[in-house]
Amino acid sequence: MTSSQEATIDGVEDDGTLVRLEDVSVRLGNQWVLRDIDLAIPQGQTLAVIGESGCGKTVLMKTLVGLVRPTSGDVWFDSLNLAKLDPKALTEVRQRIGFVFQNAALFDSMTILQNIAFPLRQQQGQPFGEEEIEYQVLEGIAEVGLPREVLQRRPAELSGGMRKRVGLARALILKPELVLYDEPTTGLDPIMSDVINELILSTRRKYPVTSVIVTHDMRTARKVADRVVMLYPRRRLHDEEPQVLYDGPPSGLENAADRRVRQFVRGEAGERLMEMRMER
Amino acid sequence: MSTIVSSRSDSGGEPSASRHSPLTQWITDWGTIVVDGLIAVGDMTLFARRMLGWLVSRPPARGTLLPNLYQVGVLSLPVVALTGTFIGMVLAVQSYYQFASIGLEDKLGAVINSSLVRELGPVLAATMLAGRVGSAMAAVLGTMRVTEQIDALETMGADPIHYLVVPRFLACILLIPALTVMADFMGIVGGYFYSVMILGIDHAAYQNNSREFVGGYDFFSGVFKSFFFGAVIALVSCYRGFHCQPGAEGVGRAATAAFVYSFVMILAIDLLLNILLDAFYIAIWERTVSILG
Repeated sequence: MTSSQEATIDGVEDDGTLVRLEDVSVRLGNQWVLRDIDLAIPQGQTLAVIGESGCGKTVLMKTLVGLVRPTSGDVWFDSLNLAKLDPKALTEVRQRIGFVFQNAALFDSMTILQNIAFPLRQQQGQPFGEEEIEYQVLEGIAEVGLPREVLQRRPAELSGGMRKRVGLARALILKPELVLYDEPTTGLDPIMSDVINELILSTRRKYPVTSVIVTHDMRTARKVADRVVMLYPRRRLHDEEPQVLYDGPPSGLENAADRRVRQFVRGEAGERLMEMRMER
Repeated sequence: MSTIVSSRSDSGGEPSASRHSPLTQWITDWGTIVVDGLIAVGDMTLFARRMLGWLVSRPPARGTLLPNLYQVGVLSLPVVALTGTFIGMVLAVQSYYQFASIGLEDKLGAVINSSLVRELGPVLAATMLAGRVGSAMAAVLGTMRVTEQIDALETMGADPIHYLVVPRFLACILLIPALTVMADFMGIVGGYFYSVMILGIDHAAYQNNSREFVGGYDFFSGVFKSFFFGAVIALVSCYRGFHCQPGAEGVGRAATAAFVYSFVMILAIDLLLNILLDAFYIAIWERTVSILG
């Protein structure tokens, strides 16, 4: 049996799940970053992943798009196992996934027009004509609320918020089935953060996209997510209905893990402060 | 609360290191260095194989190749020409008094031109390319790595090796011969100018000795070696950029390492190719002599 056959059989059952992680562990160097993660994301759902810095959120996102191969376990997208796909097949799958990077990751050497058009030019099978590319870029830039004038500028000439919006336009230009947002509001002022949140919501209203958002920003998680998952530094994952997470269990009744979630959501140093003092 | 996932209760850390004797520690340290070195060599070999795979299967787009040709060729030309001229003149200055002391100053042209076309022209052009272009390649690719631009390329269906490395590799191996010829030419001009115009060596003697002692094979061997130098500069620099450590310091270290490793490899390859080319020349020459009787 070839590796590509292994990558497609016994895939995700037809229960509306678009993405499924099964026993995924990732080891980078000498350190386990993720351990035995199981996670299913139904089609159309917006999932927020929260957790302390360094707990493996970004690695989880990169595993979902095949940038990081799991040390063990399977990553199913539709009926394809990304952990076992060959590079060519992985490239094709990635054209169905959009990725909004933390700092936008725009190409410095290109204009904004070239940046947004890049995924269209990389499209294999049915290449777009120049007129079609220009039309789609103009449509994309309008959707994120940026003027046409920015198209001939370089990324270095834009503000942080504008860069994020260009990154969003680039990620959405191919109308992907899954969009991954890596800390989309980090480093932005509250108003611009809300603009980004609204753009995420409006994208979802326009077409049935599945989204995964890694964030520290509880306002973003509360506003855009259907479901919130918390990664612990000890790699344990908790999965909550958003309202349960925000309300939290009654004080005094919760176990240590629940307390940790509540403290994170409310932004209380709590036990982490004691741990840091003990580490010192 | 629904916990959909459980994980092992351990933190995934490694067992804590036990105390070692100094000898064990010394062996461990050196073992780590050797293993890391072997891993790096293997990793770079795979990197080169992937690059060559793309090179033969799908040529780069003109839009990615032309800027690299311009960077490597056109922008390197002035500095290579300038340093070539100075090296020619320095050779004249250094050699003149030794040759004059034994009355052989007329032979200066042979020494200068032979040294230039066989050795100094190719190595100098390669060194300038490693310093000017190789470091810049490592810095640019390193910055792209730390700002996730290389990850972005991958997520959008572009292979970073094909998109970023293949055009740089092609630009280096296609244009380094031209830069070598330029360094040779300007070195010859610089050496001639200093020897004839300043040191007063006879023009005809200088020219005749140059023609007599510098042959086509000398010129060929210099240009031939330059292809290998160009390939090494591109591969080492791109590899260091792709494996850049995070932060500004990581980019700086990648740029420095690109130059240092490229330079060391240029010298090592130069030695190896000189031995092989000399052996080849002797074999061909002896065969020709025996055929001609």
